[in-house]
Amino acid sequence: MSAVSSPRAVEGEVVLAARNIAKSYGSIEALKGVNFDIHRGQVTTLFGENGAGKSTLMKILSGVVQPTSGEILLDGQPVAFASPTDARDRGISIIHQELSLAPNLSVRDNIFMGREIKGPTGVDFAEEERQTHRLMQELEEDIDPLTPVEDLRLGQQQIVEIARALSVDSRILIMDEPTSALSATEVDVLFKVIRDLTSKGVSIVYISHHLEEALQITNHAVVLRDGAMTAYAPRADIDLEWIVRNMVGENYDLGSPPTGYDFGEVVLSIRDLTVPSKSGAGFNVVDRLSLDVKAGEIVCVYGLMGAGRTELLETVAGRLRAVSGEIVLAGREISHLSIAERIARGLALVPEDRQRDGLVQTMSVGENLSLASIMAFTRGFFTSKGLERDVIAKSIRDVTVKTDGPDAPIGSLSGGNQQKVVIGKMLATDPKVVLLDEPSRGIDIGAKAEVFRILSERARRGQAVVFTTSEVGECLSIAHRIIIMRRGRISAEFAADVTKEKIMAASGEAAAA
Amino acid sequence: MTDASANSVSTAPSGMKNTMSMGKLLLEGRAFFALILIIGVFSFLSPNYFTTSNFLIMSSHVAIYGILAIGMLLVILNGGIDLSVGSILALCGVIAGFLMQGVELTAFGVILYPPVWAVVVLTCMAGAAIGAVNGILVAYFKVPAFVATLGIMYVARGLALLMTNGLTYNNLAGRAELGNTGFDWLGFNRLFGVPISVLVLATVAILTGLMLSRSSFGRWLYASGGNERAADLSGVPVKRVKVTVYTLSGILSAGAGLVLASQLTSAGPTAGTTYELTAIAAVVIGGAALTGGRGTVRGTMLGAFVIGFLSDGLVIIGVSSYWQTVFTGAVIVLAVLLNSIQYKGRGGRK
Repeated sequence: MSAVSSPRAVEGEVVLAARNIAKSYGSIEALKGVNFDIHRGQVTTLFGENGAGKSTLMKILSGVVQPTSGEILLDGQPVAFASPTDARDRGISIIHQELSLAPNLSVRDNIFMGREIKGPTGVDFAEEERQTHRLMQELEEDIDPLTPVEDLRLGQQQIVEIARALSVDSRILIMDEPTSALSATEVDVLFKVIRDLTSKGVSIVYISHHLEEALQITNHAVVLRDGAMTAYAPRADIDLEWIVRNMVGENYDLGSPPTGYDFGEVVLSIRDLTVPSKSGAGFNVVDRLSLDVKAGEIVCVYGLMGAGRTELLETVAGRLRAVSGEIVLAGREISHLSIAERIARGLALVPEDRQRDGLVQTMSVGENLSLASIMAFTRGFFTSKGLERDVIAKSIRDVTVKTDGPDAPIGSLSGGNQQKVVIGKMLATDPKVVLLDEPSRGIDIGAKAEVFRILSERARRGQAVVFTTSEVGECLSIAHRIIIMRRGRISAEFAADVTKEKIMAASGEAAAA
Repeated sequence: MTDASANSVSTAPSGMKNTMSMGKLLLEGRAFFALILIIGVFSFLSPNYFTTSNFLIMSSHVAIYGILAIGMLLVILNGGIDLSVGSILALCGVIAGFLMQGVELTAFGVILYPPVWAVVVLTCMAGAAIGAVNGILVAYFKVPAFVATLGIMYVARGLALLMTNGLTYNNLAGRAELGNTGFDWLGFNRLFGVPISVLVLATVAILTGLMLSRSSFGRWLYASGGNERAADLSGVPVKRVKVTVYTLSGILSAGAGLVLASQLTSAGPTAGTTYELTAIAAVVIGGAALTGGRGTVRGTMLGAFVIGFLSDGLVIIGVSSYWQTVFTGAVIVLAVLLNSIQYKGRGGRK
């Protein structure tokens, strides 16, 4: 990490500077003192894994959230953005990773949403339409300004999002994963537009998971890891290997694969599983995928966003329906069973988004923990308070939830403990196979290590564990086997002794787009 | 576990009860204090209010709303709404009246006079069937609850009008020689001095309370109302829960229809108009959240009694019925206002 120093004098003065920016959410530090400069007419790229703090940093720069400490200097003057509109008025606009379009409105109305062009008789739709046309021409996209956004495919929607940011004529344009849904040609067009903009003096802040793609366009690189900036250097001084090294860093200890026992029989066998895309776009989110998992084995599924990890797990668990292929649990085909029946047969899914899919916010910690195993303490028509208390107490011990007691509201727990409640709830059903979708998402490193310890204990007891992650470091923790998913298929399979670079290459992250 | 309330699922964390401030106590027990206040004020204003006989009469009025409100509570806990209860009440009352008049089987040339117990069972089955239609529309055809039950509200009302041609079945007393007397038992008789309708309400309330707090179904209902996706992934049969709550609401509406027809010894197709709104009001005053997952039978009962005792009290002291409407409305708005204060910032969902 030689590069944490002030950059050499480069062309283009500093338009925006971040000084010691820190942001905490409760006890979780999302950003710890980040420093970097954005130069006029240049592209600065932020690199970092999921959860490294990139999006938080972008939200601070665009006024969506306020930093806990530190300051932002705009043209050398300290500024505080009260809102995204405030930031936009000062010439900073952002293209969000998650599209923020109103699907029912037309392309034109989306582009001018909130800053409609006023004419003598209300909104000047003709002028808006003319400008939209021009933007679409610039982006070489043949979209009628009056098409409703919901009729566009995802890539085109992203183009509209980009067009909206361009229409503001901002001095600083932040692009958070702008290419995630774009085709190769569309990426080329976008890069041409970026070069145009920079030649006009617009500064770009760019975020992408596609490292090589980002290297084509960037002038500076800022690397974040766990909320701290690990490196800052101009393009001339860096290469792919340097970025990966700084992104991933030294291994924090998330444990190692449990050993000292033999795997059992194959308990979960997936054969040629195919799941079509929900949007009906004609491609398959899971594409003829086959996978066998043995009792006691821990399998890590790694892949980029949109690789099909979540869809794979949700199909196995019964939330999504496959069009073809079979899922065999302990020798029996389960594709036709409901979620409840699959749980009863010994298959549990810990979902990715614990707020949306994992917790019932209106219920207590105890009620959440016992939700999936109610039948285990129901006698006749009534539940048994005593048996339920035992189930809950055992779960709290098993997954080490820190709580004031089973009656505490679920919202009183920290993110890590909430995650443990979701895991504990599903483990209480005593499954043969546990599927966990990004079990470490949004929890701190200590809780992460504990979650992985709980999982390896379970594997040692003969349960099969399949978990997904988008952080390379986590693949190299407790997993016996690492599966790389890419576009709905398994693109590679590694043993536990693989390197991070190989994993990233197989996922398409470090490969040419 | 220090669960202070054995028979109802407490939404408040019990561990915090001893440190609860006065304001919080007032907020949590608002329906209870409102009821005390109403009884106090009207007892002061009218000497006839605070008498056992008046309370029993008022309670028998509350019974109808109360039974509907319990069904409504189940639906609201699930995150839905049932606008059809008033119409189901009328339709089921009319069905009961129709059965009491005798069913003529022209093919056999006989007129069947079903005994009263059979009338009650058949009427409740009709209510269950209509409720199940609501539930299936909402759960399987993904029709928004508001729209599905609004439609059924019109359909049921229309059917009731069609069955009677807009008229009312008047003589429901039955005849001794036909063996179908006793229909007025529900509305008029007393057991240990308590009107039967009040006992019916109490029984329904206790059974529902037990179901909510002690059965697995109750837990499923709170879970799927609180977060349907999470409940689904935890193996809760969310669709079955939905159909069940609308069916139960239909049965309870039929029950309320029977009680009303019995009290009036007549069954008219326009009975129970706007009762669904009173039932919703009782549930809301009782502290349930319209977004689902929060609410208790105890609260709903208090809500029903607040509305009933308030409007009867206003009648007793001679306030015009127009003012009653205004007062009832004000109480509802106040209750919702307090609900939003109570649930503010709690369990924030993304």
